[in-house]
Amino acid sequence: MALFVSIDHRLGAFHLRADFACEGRLTALFGPSGSGKTSVVNAIAGLLKPDTARIVIDGEALTDTQSGVCIPAHRRHIGYVFQEARLFPHMNVKQNLIYAQRFGGRAERPGASFESVVDMLGVGPLLQRQPSLLSGGEKQRVAIGRALLSHPRLLLMDEPLASLDEARKQEILPFIERLRDEALVPIIYVSHALDEVRRLADFVVVMDHGAVVDSGPPQLTLRAAYIQDGPQGETEMNIFEVFQSEQLADGRWALKTHAGVFHAPQSQPMPSRVRVSPHNLVVSLDDPGRAGVPSVLQGVVRSIARDGVDQTCRIVVRAGDVDLVARAPEAFVRETCLREGAHVYLLVTALQVS
Amino acid sequence: MRYIQLDISYPGQGNAKRPLMLPKRRNHCRMPRAGNGVFGDSMMFDAGLTADEWTAVRLSAQVALVAMAASLPLAVGTAFLLARGRFWGRAALDALVHLPLILPPVVTGYLLLLSFGRNGLLGAFFADYFGLVFSFRWTGAALACGIMGFPLMVRAIRLSIEAVDRKLEHAASTLGANPAMVFATVTLPLILPGVLAGAVLSFAKAMGEFGATITFVSNIPGETQTLPSAIYAYTQVPGGDAGAMRLTLISIVISVGALLLSEVLARRVARRIAA
Repeated sequence: MALFVSIDHRLGAFHLRADFACEGRLTALFGPSGSGKTSVVNAIAGLLKPDTARIVIDGEALTDTQSGVCIPAHRRHIGYVFQEARLFPHMNVKQNLIYAQRFGGRAERPGASFESVVDMLGVGPLLQRQPSLLSGGEKQRVAIGRALLSHPRLLLMDEPLASLDEARKQEILPFIERLRDEALVPIIYVSHALDEVRRLADFVVVMDHGAVVDSGPPQLTLRAAYIQDGPQGETEMNIFEVFQSEQLADGRWALKTHAGVFHAPQSQPMPSRVRVSPHNLVVSLDDPGRAGVPSVLQGVVRSIARDGVDQTCRIVVRAGDVDLVARAPEAFVRETCLREGAHVYLLVTALQVS
Repeated sequence: MRYIQLDISYPGQGNAKRPLMLPKRRNHCRMPRAGNGVFGDSMMFDAGLTADEWTAVRLSAQVALVAMAASLPLAVGTAFLLARGRFWGRAALDALVHLPLILPPVVTGYLLLLSFGRNGLLGAFFADYFGLVFSFRWTGAALACGIMGFPLMVRAIRLSIEAVDRKLEHAASTLGANPAMVFATVTLPLILPGVLAGAVLSFAKAMGEFGATITFVSNIPGETQTLPSAIYAYTQVPGGDAGAMRLTLISIVISVGALLLSEVLARRVARRIAA
């Protein structure tokens, strides 16, 4: 799927001018609230008619104000998962799902079957229920299933997790990851939550004040955003894209990322992403050598913040091309007189690969 | 005893199909016979009603139901236009719809007589092209009732359309439903309580409509004599109190029954679409 978007639209004092192209499996539209992300996906879906726009998907112009093309929403075959689910209140879950199949599923397009979608999203036990009796997370799962059953060529997700609590988010995230990894349908994912974007996106379009300010792979585009995100405690996570990997003689992986080389235990298939919690990066001023610790990164301290989480400091380190976050006890920072600009080693005590 | 000459026909007179717009010199007010209602020549029915009174009840229900059913699609369309439409002349349409509500019913009836009478522009058109005659027929009574209830119906439906979450309609369109299907499968089911309320209001209005009906189609037993006209006729003759009271009670029972039925239906619908 290749998507090209160029929009110029005025809405009162707000001026939206977004230009970007993407073709990833999951492209995130990332930026603070009110930056125009939802307007962009509404324009892609055909729910918003911009003043001037050209939106092309796989060579087909959906909107082209210059030549007067604007395909109505119901003929675009673009699925849309809204923030507030928008299930039809007068139909039960099954009827909601069948509704999508009835209208969208007629398209001559291979798509997921009813059973497989129900299975994958685990909504089988909910089929006879009314939407008003579902929890927020259940509603959102049904909404995802409904959008999938319309057999879309592109799935838009507008902050699908924003109205859910942390536990519910963790309930939905694996499903979205599955959608992405099984390449069922390309996704445009709107979010202002950094951790979601880091976890999900393979391409990021950063928006601010109605304009696209950056686009590219997450490790490059989210660098600046990382620091703005502020203390997140447990939810903060360093994520590195693997751009080159090598299998060592003992079967372990040597994974090259923009931050340095990680060593991961033997696994199948080849990892494409490394995730390290800030608590699993031990800051050291001395070179620990290779003894005992499989992966060691090097970098320069950019900032140290006492944010009061577990009596630790949040330390941002520039390693290689990217910034990452480590946590060290306040006592350690005090005793070693750690300062910005100091050269440090980061011992990776635990990592996850995917 | 001296009776006043009346030009109002009443149940049991048995001269249906004749317009009674002109006074007739006929001494047609009979004395009631003891113990047998006003009209001795009528059969006794259940609930103590005579055959002719039953005719009035049946006719009222028929007129009200037809008025309601025929105006319903038009009212939904008009309410939709007024709630969603952005077009020139919307305010004028709004005023036109509300006209029967603010005009004296007799004025509405007279205007109907002018336009839908045999020689009226619309009346001639419908008679020539559809064979549909309104003047002095029960169809005319239904037309008058439908028009009198129309503003009430439109207002109720319009309110419910304005309350519909358009986001649900947008969701339906992203799923591939065209605008007509979105209306049929999402909007219409969601406004059903409002449509129901409008229908009941219109039915109730039709059951009680008097001024416009009697002006337009007169008071012909078996053809245009609805409950209110029959009650009115009773009140104009000596000894008609008992008959008027019987029909009044019937009228109350039907109206309250319709209201209760609509409450039950509305609650059932509301439970089904509880958000």
